[in-house]
Amino acid sequence: MKTYAEINEKIKQGKAVVFTAEEIIDVVKEKGYAAAAREVDVVTTATFGPMCSSGAFLNFGHSDPPIRMAKVWLNDVPAYAGIAAVDAYIGATELSETKGMSYGGAHVIEALVRGERVELKATSYGTDCYPRKEIRTFAGLNDINQAYLFNPRNVYQNYSVAVNTSNRTIYTYMGALLPNLGNATYSTAGELSPLLNDPYYRTIGIGTRIFLGGGTGYVAWEGTQHNPNQNRDINGIPIASAGTLALIGDLKQMKREFLRAAIFDRYGVTMYVGVGIPIPILDEEMLKQTAVSNRDIKATIFDYSVPKRSKPNFGQVSYAELRSGAITINGKEVPTAPLSSLNQARKIAQILKEWISVGQFSLTEPVQSLPAESKVKPLEIREQEV
Amino acid sequence: MAKKKVVLTFPPELTETPLTYHLVKDFDLAINILKAKITPGEEGKLVVELSNGAEEKILAGIDFLKKQGVFVEPVSKEILLDEGECIHCGSCTAVCHPKALSITPPDWKLNFDKDLCIVCESCVKACPMQIIKVSF
Repeated sequence: MKTYAEINEKIKQGKAVVFTAEEIIDVVKEKGYAAAAREVDVVTTATFGPMCSSGAFLNFGHSDPPIRMAKVWLNDVPAYAGIAAVDAYIGATELSETKGMSYGGAHVIEALVRGERVELKATSYGTDCYPRKEIRTFAGLNDINQAYLFNPRNVYQNYSVAVNTSNRTIYTYMGALLPNLGNATYSTAGELSPLLNDPYYRTIGIGTRIFLGGGTGYVAWEGTQHNPNQNRDINGIPIASAGTLALIGDLKQMKREFLRAAIFDRYGVTMYVGVGIPIPILDEEMLKQTAVSNRDIKATIFDYSVPKRSKPNFGQVSYAELRSGAITINGKEVPTAPLSSLNQARKIAQILKEWISVGQFSLTEPVQSLPAESKVKPLEIREQEV
Repeated sequence: MAKKKVVLTFPPELTETPLTYHLVKDFDLAINILKAKITPGEEGKLVVELSNGAEEKILAGIDFLKKQGVFVEPVSKEILLDEGECIHCGSCTAVCHPKALSITPPDWKLNFDKDLCIVCESCVKACPMQIIKVSF
């Protein structure tokens, strides 16, 4: 048994033993669970995938004379300004009013992170205290006050494998799905993915310090649609999308390498977000969770050609099978393709490992655990309020 | 001797018609098939080099194909990938039939094998980073 304080003391002294969630699998093979649990202090996990539910709060500072911005556009992308005078939220998936699907909120965020100034336009009705009714200027991260990512739903604990049984190509947030089971796409880092290594949210909770977009961030809350009640395998790992995290972090620290605007053809704009989460090896049980491998993690294959809330499924496959390049569905060999970047996720896990190894990143005990019970409610269409 | 490389796209109803036979028999052309993907009942693609005749014969052969409903394009195009901007997500591999684009262990980096590419351009739109282009 180790405590957070003991692990942090070792980190401070530069003596912490850290492995990534991929490396730990071989460590366990060599040493066994008990010895590995004694020797290893931290396992780093990571993911780099498209996460639509992302965006940034910005505070632009006050002009003279000042304006209570009622409508805000950044490079022609609307930002939500229904909060205080010069605060706004730019959502990753918001589309440009002039360029449509080829430019969106994620591109604005990426431009800011790249150090560019973006065109800020705002209108207002004017008040006695905020007389200005219009403003147009250019602003970058160095010009404005706070700029922080606040992503309501990131780091999905597992996700669907998407296929298409119809006879036409369909264009989805899981990429282009070819007709007649022409391909299957999936989007997690598998054995390296954060919440698959802590399936019951024992160490990842509110307040957990993380790597976010190249800088330091925190778990702010449970993510939207957090679904711990999802069906689980005998090893405790959910077999479809389950837990989620709401993340927060200083945009000014972030790097374009780990925060990239993306376009899914005929679907829309989204953002690839790089997230790394350290898991303290408090005991052998925690070590066992982090040593899970792609063979033991299953995902459910859903038919995206059925545009319904509840899609028919073809059962489960393991990430080892998905990573092999093809799976078999109804006797047909279907080529598989990832959408999230394992290559980038590995980079993030290594960077976080390095930060911890040199003593510049310490671990935090959750101030509150994520809900272990909660259901995702559907939206019913009602004719009236009663 | 004239030579011409072309990409032939067959609509599903033509994939069972022996068009290349007519090119040989009626237009006296030599046909070197460079890449082919033909499945009866689906859209087919054939990249061929036509030679063995005078320029007019090749053009007449191409004209014949067009009249049959085949879409004919020159193979001067190629796919260009801006590797420095690639995040190695693998999205483009999902739509690459000839597997010219692949993402495999151990490093899970995107690999592009130009020789396998039939310039179908599916990857251009499938790339979430918009970093795959067609050159003319």
